[in-house]
Amino acid sequence: MIYWQLFISFFKIGLFGFGGGYAMLSLIQNEVVEVHEWVSASEFADIVAISQMTPGPIAINSATYIGYTATQSVWGSVIATIAVSLPSVIIMLIIFCRFFLKFRDNKYVGYVMSGLKPAVIGLIAATVIMLVNASTFIDYKSIILFGLAFLAAFRLKTNPILLIVLAGVAGYVLY
Amino acid sequence: MRIYFEIFWSFFKIGAFTIGGGYAMIPLIEAEVVNKKKWVAKDEFAEMLALAQSAPGPIAINTAVFVGHKLKGWRCSIVSMLGAILPSFIIIVFIALFFNSAIKNNEVIERIFKGIRPVVVALIAVPAFNMLINAGLKFKPIAIATTATLVICLLSVSPIIVMITAGVIGLVSGMYSQKINSQ
Repeated sequence: MIYWQLFISFFKIGLFGFGGGYAMLSLIQNEVVEVHEWVSASEFADIVAISQMTPGPIAINSATYIGYTATQSVWGSVIATIAVSLPSVIIMLIIFCRFFLKFRDNKYVGYVMSGLKPAVIGLIAATVIMLVNASTFIDYKSIILFGLAFLAAFRLKTNPILLIVLAGVAGYVLY
Repeated sequence: MRIYFEIFWSFFKIGAFTIGGGYAMIPLIEAEVVNKKKWVAKDEFAEMLALAQSAPGPIAINTAVFVGHKLKGWRCSIVSMLGAILPSFIIIVFIALFFNSAIKNNEVIERIFKGIRPVVVALIAVPAFNMLINAGLKFKPIAIATTATLVICLLSVSPIIVMITAGVIGLVSGMYSQKINSQ
């Protein structure tokens, strides 16, 4: 039963996951933290961190991880990973590869994308807001780390992986 | 048959060595399939990338499917896609097996993650911020983005509903302004 729910959830995430990995995090968070409660809010933040530090697309990494956490079995990982990739394969093969040239210049596709692109930004912002909670921000030191990381990534374009490593060192020293 | 192994191995290598998500994989995919193997022409790759970005799902997976399809059809797509996701899958399964038991009773790992958690939030906030600036800070994108955030956070609307609504709004307003212009 849980395998079927896992499949449906991650299939939906793959199907509506426009705008890359960060936007898909919003869909993943809604399905796995809010609706099904397979992982807690703090576990979700840990999974995002691990997904960023390991090779491969963030959506695939987090699907594999959450699949395991939800079922305590590698089969959960298999189901979630296949489910999140399947819509890509189906849509690319049926629509995009076949109607490649038609799609490229289609104005209606352009119209739909003009609505989707700003919505993607809103989705990512919602993920950020919902990640700000008592488990991720435990004291004033968390707020300082957040501020420093934001400035470094925004102004200096510091590599995200380097920032996560530095954050880990800071956590070890500060707590 | 050899081409299947070759494309599998190409995408496996790319999947295994690119840290930082799908967008980090794109330059490596280009180097491999355009420059080295010459499976796809350079301008075709650029067009394909634009399409892969407008399709749902991880962009690296969409790209793998497209390159596979270009080479030998749908069977080859499945092979290239599996090549791209398998390294992630193997690595994450190992970490999940190990980490799930380690974090619950390891004080050092818990301290490290206390530092990492707020920084992860910042790392997701920055791309949203950059995308908003790149969108030109015009009224319509800001209004759609803000409304999307508010209905998800305050009214607990599913992000899927938000995406469908935003796509319909984009389509209707595009067709409407086209009609105005043609009159």
